[in-house]
Amino acid sequence: MNSMALIPLFAFLILIFVVGIYTARNVSRADSFVQEYFLGSRQLGGFILAMTMIATYGSASSFIGGPGAAYTYGLSWVLLAMSQVVTGYFVLLILGKKFAIMARKYKAVTLIDYLQGRYGSNKITILSAISIITFLFSAMIAQWVGGARLIESLTGLSYESALFLFAVSVLVYVIIGGFRAVAITDAIQGVVMLGGTIILLIATIIAGGGMENIMMGLKTENPNLLSPHGHDGELSARYISSFWILVGVGVVGLPQVAVRAMSYKNSRSLHRALIIGTIVVGSIMLGMHLIGVLARVVVPGIEVADKVMPLLALEVLPPWLAGIVLAAPMAAIMSTVDSLLLIVSSAIVKDVYMNFINKDAKEKQVKRISFWVTSITGILVFLMALSPPELIIWLNLFSFGGLEAVFIWPIVLGLYWKKGNAHGAIASMVSGLVAYILFHSFAPNYLDMHTVIFPIVISFFMYVVVSLFTHAQYRQNGWV
Amino acid sequence: MDHKEDKRFRVAGHEALIGIALVLINFLWWYGFAFGLGGQPVSDYDWIFGMPEWFFYSCIIGFFLMVLLVIIVVKYMLTDIPFDDEEDDHE
Repeated sequence: MNSMALIPLFAFLILIFVVGIYTARNVSRADSFVQEYFLGSRQLGGFILAMTMIATYGSASSFIGGPGAAYTYGLSWVLLAMSQVVTGYFVLLILGKKFAIMARKYKAVTLIDYLQGRYGSNKITILSAISIITFLFSAMIAQWVGGARLIESLTGLSYESALFLFAVSVLVYVIIGGFRAVAITDAIQGVVMLGGTIILLIATIIAGGGMENIMMGLKTENPNLLSPHGHDGELSARYISSFWILVGVGVVGLPQVAVRAMSYKNSRSLHRALIIGTIVVGSIMLGMHLIGVLARVVVPGIEVADKVMPLLALEVLPPWLAGIVLAAPMAAIMSTVDSLLLIVSSAIVKDVYMNFINKDAKEKQVKRISFWVTSITGILVFLMALSPPELIIWLNLFSFGGLEAVFIWPIVLGLYWKKGNAHGAIASMVSGLVAYILFHSFAPNYLDMHTVIFPIVISFFMYVVVSLFTHAQYRQNGWV
Repeated sequence: MDHKEDKRFRVAGHEALIGIALVLINFLWWYGFAFGLGGQPVSDYDWIFGMPEWFFYSCIIGFFLMVLLVIIVVKYMLTDIPFDDEEDDHE
């Protein structure tokens, strides 16, 4: 790695660090510590909101794994990735105003607060807290490993030092700055992600002698790279379409995304975020995956798919610019990790500690506990990322699908269906989780669709049937 | 815990339906061009700006179409409503 490329990369780390710390001043000034630390006092404007959603959602896989897969599969993988354009508008339109109104009504700061307000059931709170802590904790470790590997391969530092460098720069601003620091650094990271994508796409097309030239090169190598069915013709239309659920509409059920839908200031910021979000998420997904396909002609013969993006950047860009562009995947990882860290910490502090352990905790106590919980969680993640245990890798594999299967219906039907009740929600969460684990273990990609599809269908029916069945009982007791 | 019928909820429900409609349009466009035009052998493909026609329409034009639709929806179909309750809760 050229030292000219390292300078912008480190400058970026320092910039994020400084901005994060600067934002932290809001925490000591805020009226309510919990509201500010875990939700930024519901003051996010349209631009920051759109960027933090995209940055949180776009993770290591959008910048490292995704282009790598596109390199292997060809244009069909870009097609698959484009199902994510939908997240730009769908989450905000579905949760939208109703979620914001209800969250304010319940004074909810976390997703679990909202579920508690809507269903009034401690069982749901415990079940949700366990799912969030387990799944997101393991997802976080996987992201850290990715971040450290990236720094390792770029700088030649040892894996441990790379991980340490990465951990310190993220932990400090999250621990002291909370949600607002996370959202604002996310916005900067989002801009870097977008800029990096555009620069690299243009440079790649130029380096390959134009789009037509590259496509013809692909056609000569293997015409299937240009078909919507993948390099060996094995991706079926049904399989590709099923990703609409996993990475498109199902994202509504991810706690780290849903919580952002309670953080906006007013309808206007929501409206602006809809437009900005759709444009930015679409450009990044289209650009990054298309880059992966084009790279096959520009830098042929890469064996480890995860190295496509860094190798390509170093090949087609001057070193200093490669450094800026390579800050994009790092930004994606950092911005995902910081949000997950805060969600896990809020689940422990707000949902477990303040609900069950110490109901009348004083502001000062909560503040101290929050700092400690966030720090200890961060340190635990660091230690586990040094050599991730088998179980964690396994959990991470299905963390997003699992969370979607657990949360999507209690959130969405809880908002729009009056008859939905706590029994239905519990049935839906448990059946979604169990079904996901069973399908994952015994019938992955059943009927040639992604594993998440059936658990989501099953949890939908459980929610509806059990709610209808217990509806009379609720009405009798005057609960509805 | 009774939910009084709030006028704002009608707006919210309406906007959620718009979201579903957008997804359906998005999906049909994406699927139709990709597997309609892309289903034939690669040697029969037509090309636009050096790209296979199915890819150009499904992924690139499809993306611009969605951006345009979202802008139209935001400008003409969404309603500005306050999020905070006018009166305080008496709980």
